[in-house]
Amino acid sequence: MSSASAVSAGTVSAVPATRFTAGKVEKRKLLVERVAAGVLGITTSALVVPLVGILTVLVVKAWPALSWAFLTQNPQNYMTSGGIWAPLVGTFYLVFISLAVAAPIGVLAGVYMNEYAGDNWGTRIVNMAVVNLAGVPSIVHALFGVGAFVLFAGMGRSVLAAACTLAIMTLPVIITSTREALSAVPKSFREACWNMGASRWQTIRTIVLPNAISGILTGVILQVSRAAGETAPILFTGAVYYVAVPEQGIASYLPYGLWDRCMALSYHLFTISTQVTGVTEGVQYGTAVVLIGLVISVNVLSIGFRVYLRARKRW
Amino acid sequence: MNDPAAPHVAFRDLSVHYGAKQALAGVTLEIPRHSIFGIIGPANSGKTTLLKCINRTVDFIPGVRVGGQVLVDGDNVFAMRNVFALRRRIGMVFPLPVGLPLSVYDNVAYAPRMAGTARRDELDALVETCLRQAALWDEVKDRLELLGTRLSGGQQQRLTIARALSHRPEILCLDEFSIAVDPVTTMKIEDVLVELKERVTIVLVTNLVQQAHRLADHVAFFNDGRLIEAGTTRHMFSERPREQLTFDYVRGHFG
Repeated sequence: MSSASAVSAGTVSAVPATRFTAGKVEKRKLLVERVAAGVLGITTSALVVPLVGILTVLVVKAWPALSWAFLTQNPQNYMTSGGIWAPLVGTFYLVFISLAVAAPIGVLAGVYMNEYAGDNWGTRIVNMAVVNLAGVPSIVHALFGVGAFVLFAGMGRSVLAAACTLAIMTLPVIITSTREALSAVPKSFREACWNMGASRWQTIRTIVLPNAISGILTGVILQVSRAAGETAPILFTGAVYYVAVPEQGIASYLPYGLWDRCMALSYHLFTISTQVTGVTEGVQYGTAVVLIGLVISVNVLSIGFRVYLRARKRW
Repeated sequence: MNDPAAPHVAFRDLSVHYGAKQALAGVTLEIPRHSIFGIIGPANSGKTTLLKCINRTVDFIPGVRVGGQVLVDGDNVFAMRNVFALRRRIGMVFPLPVGLPLSVYDNVAYAPRMAGTARRDELDALVETCLRQAALWDEVKDRLELLGTRLSGGQQQRLTIARALSHRPEILCLDEFSIAVDPVTTMKIEDVLVELKERVTIVLVTNLVQQAHRLADHVAFFNDGRLIEAGTTRHMFSERPREQLTFDYVRGHFG
């Protein structure tokens, strides 16, 4: 229609005369685009459904049981009622001790592997070991824990043995996330430092670690939820079916010694759901709510931490 | 004191392989003291590798194999145990500017601090001198606390130069320093280089043949990992250098 297209050297053009209106091809592209966006969007929203579902059911069923006393009292009447103080403290014990063992070893090993180790057979074997360790099922970790800590190291079934087993389980992920955080620091920064005569350690201390610490800590914090949630590794190594602990005063916060066996939320949930009859529904769901609440709040904490540190990112 | 007539840096049959690829093949070359030594040649001719051998950062390249010797003041760098002391004698500027994620001040004070200088007044003076020499002082003097990574590309490049000068090197290696810098600033830095060569030996790798012509006292021409020809700037840019290849490259007939 427009004279411009007619002038275009007499070639037969597929371009419609009026510009900026969709032709056949564009219309099909638009349609496909909408369908794709729709399908992908629905799939993504569907992800939220299970989580919201789980939380809703848990909270509604647990509501009657939830109270301050539920958190601070021991289980009562052969664990059919009462609270969750003993397992709650036990879980805190296990998580903190296991991270106290795993975090330093994992972070230091990650730093070595990323910053010092060359690309040779030794490094590759260690790498393979780390990757495969991450894939070992938790029940196998439990058996290893029995052999290595309970029997061989002579720890017996104890808080310490269970925490060490959990530490072995979390170690590969801590190493991997440490390495990822370190490799996110550009290589050029290191080279600039080396060119100025800084040693590897000076470079790590002054440039690499300050810029990787956020990622490293996030990786470590995320392992809290893993250590809190696992049942199998502590099953044979230190978890106990029932033990009464002090409910009041300072003693209530430090009820277990390293060589004692302890209760833990995950194992407690397992026993009151399957091993004990006549448990109030509220107690079962209440325990689950506390466990999942613990995990979610740790995750939220770590996300918040990440956002805060990313905002201060310096390049 | 070293003999002023002896070469400051000497390469003896230096060969470097990256895996199966040969980056330098049997280079023998002497760099005289307190002069500007230009190194020219097309991409992949081994210029940067040559610089990395001088301060032994070539060690950090995975899969590298080095043969031959590099002598700094007569000492073979590959036999040295204290590479950090070696690197502190050498300033190095690479083509892509790298501002460390520290303040401008800390960027320049980094090397002296790593070498053990902690006195604030000493550092203050040093930082100012280095930033002036790199033609950056006037632009950043009021915001020394700004992060080095927030400077513009050209400013970061000059920050890199200031950093290379901060440990008072006796050899300054510049690899394409002007690639991210505007012509006016380039001229300023070139003036500084000419001034510096009274005290410092400068190795200038450049793709700008005219820059080598302007600044260098001696020029070496590399191609494909081999030293084709080295000589005085006058000789290399004359009508009759020894090699036809040199003539063609200098005149822009290839490369």
